[in-house]
Amino acid sequence: MLEVKNIKTYYGNIQALKGVDIQISEGEIITLIGANGAGKTTTLMSISGIVPPRSGEVLFLGQPISDLQPNEIVSLGICQVPEGRRIFPYLTVSENLDMGAFLRTDSAEVKKDQEYIFELFPILAERRNQAGGTLSGGEQQMLAVGRALMARPRLLLLDEPSLGLAPLVVKQIFEIIKKINTENKTTIFLVEQNANLALKVAHRGYVMENGRITLSDTSANLMVNEDVKKAYLGIS
Amino acid sequence: MFSFSEIKKSLLISLWFMFLTFPIMVIRVNTIYKTIEWRWDRMIMVGVGSFFLSFLWRFFIGKKETGKKKTDTGEVQQLTWIQRLTENKKIYLPSLVAISVFVVLFPFVFSMYQTNIMTTALIYVVVGLGLNIVVGLAGLLDLGYVAFYAVGAYTYALLNQHFGLGFWTVLPLGAAMGFMFGVILGFPVLRLRGDYLAIVTLGFGEIIRLILENWNAFSSGPSGIANIPRPGLFGLHLSLHQNIIYMYFIMIGLAIFTIFIVGRLQDSRLGRAWIALREDEVACQAMGIDKTRTKLSAFALGATWAGMGGVMFAAKTTFINPASFTIWESIIILCVVVIGGMGSVLGVICGAMVLILLPEYLRAFSEYRMLLFGAILVIMMVFRPEGIISNVRKTYKFEGLKDNNKDNS
Repeated sequence: MLEVKNIKTYYGNIQALKGVDIQISEGEIITLIGANGAGKTTTLMSISGIVPPRSGEVLFLGQPISDLQPNEIVSLGICQVPEGRRIFPYLTVSENLDMGAFLRTDSAEVKKDQEYIFELFPILAERRNQAGGTLSGGEQQMLAVGRALMARPRLLLLDEPSLGLAPLVVKQIFEIIKKINTENKTTIFLVEQNANLALKVAHRGYVMENGRITLSDTSANLMVNEDVKKAYLGIS
Repeated sequence: MFSFSEIKKSLLISLWFMFLTFPIMVIRVNTIYKTIEWRWDRMIMVGVGSFFLSFLWRFFIGKKETGKKKTDTGEVQQLTWIQRLTENKKIYLPSLVAISVFVVLFPFVFSMYQTNIMTTALIYVVVGLGLNIVVGLAGLLDLGYVAFYAVGAYTYALLNQHFGLGFWTVLPLGAAMGFMFGVILGFPVLRLRGDYLAIVTLGFGEIIRLILENWNAFSSGPSGIANIPRPGLFGLHLSLHQNIIYMYFIMIGLAIFTIFIVGRLQDSRLGRAWIALREDEVACQAMGIDKTRTKLSAFALGATWAGMGGVMFAAKTTFINPASFTIWESIIILCVVVIGGMGSVLGVICGAMVLILLPEYLRAFSEYRMLLFGAILVIMMVFRPEGIISNVRKTYKFEGLKDNNKDNS
């Protein structure tokens, strides 16, 4: 479904990605794990076009997308949940969800989807008229995921959904990620620091170091890999 | 309330004020007899006055704080009186009728002078609503807004001077010119935000003014363009008095048109995109909003109203020169938006009325006019920082959910 071919991305003169290759097939949950500053978020930003790669290619359903504007990429069906949630603080919960459906014109379906989101996250239904900024961190993350789902993405890019959340809430969110994948067949690309959790949910995983992919395997294999255990799972 | 520490605080404040105002209030040099007069009675007045005012000030600040706490904890419903007014049909409709009757009768009841300043205030309503799109909705601080106003005014003046075009032909042309200049300014500032954007727009405003001032062959420089005709009515000859009334009604029409369009824009997809852009740019892009187009449209549509306002301004004053389009004018329009209430249509209208009419009616206080005006602005910003009428977002209630909510809260 998505093919990332040898992309190199720079922030000014600093090279963040030094040739990254990733392949995602339809219906999978793929995770990208790695230390701080490895280039995980940059990889996502390159896919969604917010920080376009300087060289290399990104193919979505066989079509090159690395030259497109971010809004055109969203309209193709790639939706990103940005790091640190980034909900709209002064819009209400339901307005936030509406923003997610910004590019859609089928208002009846949008309404149905909103009800579906409220089923997934019942807490959001209770708070639908509350301003987004007044939600707790976990609720905001749920809102961010819900907002991205409102675009009916074919590929959902999740950037550190566990950031700054209590372990219990993180567990809840990961369960929902799994549910979204099985119920809607949404392909999910998950970037995480919490390698343990991410590998439990994902089918396959990539390990990133210093702007390069160093390992790629099924989650089960990565979990028992000695290097991964030492470096990311904290098991020695 | 009148505890010892409170009195001590007020005493200190009055002492400080007596010290501060000592040189200007107490000492007076009589230049004829070369003596110094000491007016100690004034010092006592300042002391006593500031002592009591400090009490008053603290009382109101305290009241405001407790009011805020109450709304935070949900004790008081977060409905402002204006929201209640617009939601209650029984009050809303009659008041709307009353206002329209007042507006229609205004020029026939009041003097020509009153009608004239009301027309000016209406121009500021239109221009303020335009700036409200840029500053209030899209959150882009524009300090050079008056440039578009100048573009509109000079469009009318020059087209009339060289080609003899009339007011009604130029009004849409002025709007189009405003739109075009909005896009021209919009392109270079797409990447900028906050303070940087403010500085660039400030520079843009000055560039337009300096061009008009120095390019003699084009705009006849600082001496300006005179004898701009007032708007015509199917070739009828109108006396000055009739013309002022006529312009008043044109402005009323234009203001209603603006209110309608801006209100519709605010509720449209584009309006949503502006509000979202104001709150978070990255999230906006992740939602698939075209940042470039949204920002450009905010600048261009905002500038359109300024262009129309400018045409009207030129027609009303019949003389324009670059001195009418200084940075001070930009600041006044920005004040209209900020003091009225950012993002709120009703607020901007109130802001324009207060800001333009107040200095006129304060003329009775002659020299103290600007002092009073400044004091009112400061007091406004302390007690109502969100503006006279803050923006009330539309809310929809789900009656069926009420019972559920009760269980949880």
